[in-house]
Amino acid sequence: MSSASGAAPPGRPGRHVAGPVEPDALAVEGLQVSYRVGGRDLLALRDVSLRVGPRQAYGLVGESGSGKSTVALAVTRYLARNGRVSGGTISVAGTDVLALRGERLRRLRAETVSMVYQEPGKALNPSIRVGRQLAEVFEIAGARRREALAAAEDALTRVQISDPRRLLERYPHELSGGMLQRVVIAMALASEPSLLILDEPTTALDATVEAEVLDLVSSLREELDTSILFISHNLAVIAKMCDRVGVLYAGELVEEGSASEVFTEPRHPYTVGLLSCIPRRGLRKDHGRLDTIPGFLPAPGSVLAGCIFAPRCGLVEAQCRLSEPPLAELGNYRRSRCYFPGRALEVGSRGAGPGEPAEAPAGRPPVGARAPLLGLRQVSKSFSARHEQLHALVGIDLEIGSGETLGLVGESGSGKTTLARAVLGLSAPDEGSTIELNGVPLAGSAGRRTGDQLAAVQIVFQNPDSALNRRHSVRRILRRALARSAGPRGMDREERLAELIGSVRMEPRQLGLRPAQLSGGLKQRVAIARAFAGEPALVVCDEPTSALDVSVQAAILNLLVELQARRNVSYLFISHDLGVVRYLADRIAVLYLGRLMEVGPAEAVFSGPQHPYTEALLSAVPSLDGQRRGRIRLTGEIPSAASPPSGCVFHTRCPRRLASGICESAEPPLLEVAAGRTMRCHIPLDELAQLQREPPAEAPAVPGASANGSSPL
Amino acid sequence: MASYLVKRLGLAVVTLVLLSMIIFLAGQVLPGDPGRAVLGNFASAQSVRVFDHRIGYDRPFVTQYWSWVSGIVRGNFGISYQYNSPVAPMIFSGLWNSLKLALLALCIIVPLSIGAGVLAALNVGRPLDRIISILGLSGSTVPEFVSGIFVIVIFAVVFKLLPPTADSGAGAGFFTQLDHLVLPAIPLVVEFFGYISRITRATTVEALDSDYVRTAVLKGLRRRTVIRRHVLRNSLLPAITVIASQTGYLIGGLVVIETLFQYPGIGDLIYNAAKNKDFPMLEAGVLAIGVIYLLATLAADLASSLLNPRVRIDATR
Repeated sequence: MSSASGAAPPGRPGRHVAGPVEPDALAVEGLQVSYRVGGRDLLALRDVSLRVGPRQAYGLVGESGSGKSTVALAVTRYLARNGRVSGGTISVAGTDVLALRGERLRRLRAETVSMVYQEPGKALNPSIRVGRQLAEVFEIAGARRREALAAAEDALTRVQISDPRRLLERYPHELSGGMLQRVVIAMALASEPSLLILDEPTTALDATVEAEVLDLVSSLREELDTSILFISHNLAVIAKMCDRVGVLYAGELVEEGSASEVFTEPRHPYTVGLLSCIPRRGLRKDHGRLDTIPGFLPAPGSVLAGCIFAPRCGLVEAQCRLSEPPLAELGNYRRSRCYFPGRALEVGSRGAGPGEPAEAPAGRPPVGARAPLLGLRQVSKSFSARHEQLHALVGIDLEIGSGETLGLVGESGSGKTTLARAVLGLSAPDEGSTIELNGVPLAGSAGRRTGDQLAAVQIVFQNPDSALNRRHSVRRILRRALARSAGPRGMDREERLAELIGSVRMEPRQLGLRPAQLSGGLKQRVAIARAFAGEPALVVCDEPTSALDVSVQAAILNLLVELQARRNVSYLFISHDLGVVRYLADRIAVLYLGRLMEVGPAEAVFSGPQHPYTEALLSAVPSLDGQRRGRIRLTGEIPSAASPPSGCVFHTRCPRRLASGICESAEPPLLEVAAGRTMRCHIPLDELAQLQREPPAEAPAVPGASANGSSPL
Repeated sequence: MASYLVKRLGLAVVTLVLLSMIIFLAGQVLPGDPGRAVLGNFASAQSVRVFDHRIGYDRPFVTQYWSWVSGIVRGNFGISYQYNSPVAPMIFSGLWNSLKLALLALCIIVPLSIGAGVLAALNVGRPLDRIISILGLSGSTVPEFVSGIFVIVIFAVVFKLLPPTADSGAGAGFFTQLDHLVLPAIPLVVEFFGYISRITRATTVEALDSDYVRTAVLKGLRRRTVIRRHVLRNSLLPAITVIASQTGYLIGGLVVIETLFQYPGIGDLIYNAAKNKDFPMLEAGVLAIGVIYLLATLAADLASSLLNPRVRIDATR
């Protein structure tokens, strides 16, 4: 273990068993993987070496295209048909994986290595009951059919599923994402593998569910002797879950070290860039622009003479472009592929750092003083399924001022998208609902709104891939949007097009391209340009950055802030990422089961006291900042909107439910509790403040993460 | 499930009504008139007029359609102009003959092309995959009358292995009939093999690439188990639905084959009826094919909903 090149550092202290040295759970040496595309071999991983010691959790972070999933697939020998390991070695628990064939490979998969991946809904066979699929694992290990089913039931109990017997009879599509991911985890852990690979296991889940699943993994890790390779784009999740971290960029490991050190004292400019483009530490748009990483990921297979990050690096020197820096040992099991690891942190202070004030604040009237642009009064929306009435929105009263950003948050199923669709006129609200724009009532469906009203309310969708017609060029997409609006006089079409594309920081020469030729970030810029073509008063942004990498997200958020400052447009901003909402929003509205739980100025809502639901949402988010408050956990699933709970709809999951029983019997009204803040809770604001200062008694200390202090940053 | 079935049957009836209108209209716009077609070129204009009047051809379109439809509802499919006898028994016997041929063809097509499709999918990109898809493609591009003549020449004329005509005469036993039907079935197999094997290959490749198959493989299941339990279960369903929807084409293909092999099936009847402007026969024949087609699709949908839990749930809602 003392060889200089990339030995795994000791695992968690105090857990070493005396006796013969255990082999690393995973040892990857000089791994090269290439994909054959169009007759050429494109390198997806170059010379990747990493070790995961026994009982260690190793986090692999990187943006899309960095090759992090390729590592996982190479380890399990499940590369796509055109993928090939072209160099290096992989050994799992001492076994050379690349040499295995047929039966021995199957045994390795059955006994030693397990994998959980991103979309739990797709990971299970849709036409076989959950119980059968889980039981298979035990049958492989030699159990009889009936024993296997019993073992499956036990396995479900272990992942904290309350009614395992009933669950065994279900088909995958009958379960929620969180439940499915538990089943998949139970399945992966059933064989008590030496190595568990988690590939973005919570990316497709709600923050509250994500928190539950992460807690589950942490506690199972304590129980079992399993090492973890945790792959994620989410730095905060990695920081919470892992002992060690490796940062992948364009198929190369650029930095490695203990989680606490890498995230506090990064030694590679790319890590620094990644960390600084996340909106955090309570950063708001008035404080300044977000940092971005300029440029793009190099095309797969491109060959650079020097450092692979040099084209995007703020610290680049002549040497960096000439020869590639080695992955240098920095001591204390830290490695960095940079010639100037000590200077990496300077990147943040160069360029557009947080010191530079955004152009936004100048001349903006304070929140509350703005004239209301959009007014929602008693907006309800119900859908009728065959036997039941489903209330997706119930009596929503909300205003958005002009030039204001209203952040709309809540779990999936809370009604965020229904509200957005009602505002856009895509689905008409129920009778008796009023939606006003500048004091003029809007028709329920878009078809009956006037052209000006339609132009005034626009949308930017989550996924720019499906939102843009891929057969049309950017020019045609934007020209159609412009044709519907009058626009300033005296400008011909080409001028307006050029101005529009310029406003989203793109070049006129990109007008000729089709969406497929643009990166995700550029596509989203086109979608934003399209929304702004008709000089809208309100733009509904439905998770506009969720499908993008963090470095791209920062640039898009900067663009949205800039456009708002210049055009005084209002945003209805829907996002599950509370850091993003905090950065962008002036006010926040919290939805639960179609009801507003809380509305107020963003800073007041975030700094608290909050509605217990808001509190739960906030404490579910793993943070890099280490401002760990008393975490409260939501348990159970969001109830069905067809049969909402009695009284306060949140009482079934509320950790601060009152003993008096009033929460179960009476629904609290949405009352003004402070200037500009309304809340729907039986507990008075000052009592909530009191409660939230002290951590709740039942809040479990988070095992695993706190054991070696990987989290406080 | 029952309400789903009722809904589907209701839709099928609507489809049949629309179909009957289109057939009837198509019959009307064909050039020439039945009197001339039946009585021949040398008949006097007077006798043609009398014939047309007797069958009601000179009445307004709507009246003719109405009397036709109300006849069908009462079980009366009309009188054939050519044979001057009721249409129904001829249609039924033709249908029965065609079904025998179609069933034999399906019995060869389905296992053969599904097997080949799965085999191709399991060997994606390898020579076997290429060979199967090239065979399939070239088969589908050859028209039935070409492959039909080809098999007649080879198997019946040169090697004299099988009889060149499909009709085995009245009262023939099962094996005699089979012997006569194998040859006409071959061109149909050639025609449909490519399409069905391609569909099966595509759905199987999709299942092989799915996350749940990855889960199954990484669980450590044996390859055989993975394919049987996780791949085929999900990939054959869509293939079955597609096969059922091809039944219509199959019957269309029968028209050519039956004429070529002189087989008294429904295709042969329809072909002759169209040639001779025998409207009652033509209309009843096409309607019968429509019913068969709808029943086949319905059966496929029911089968797939019974096998697929997601569709089953949606259907019961």
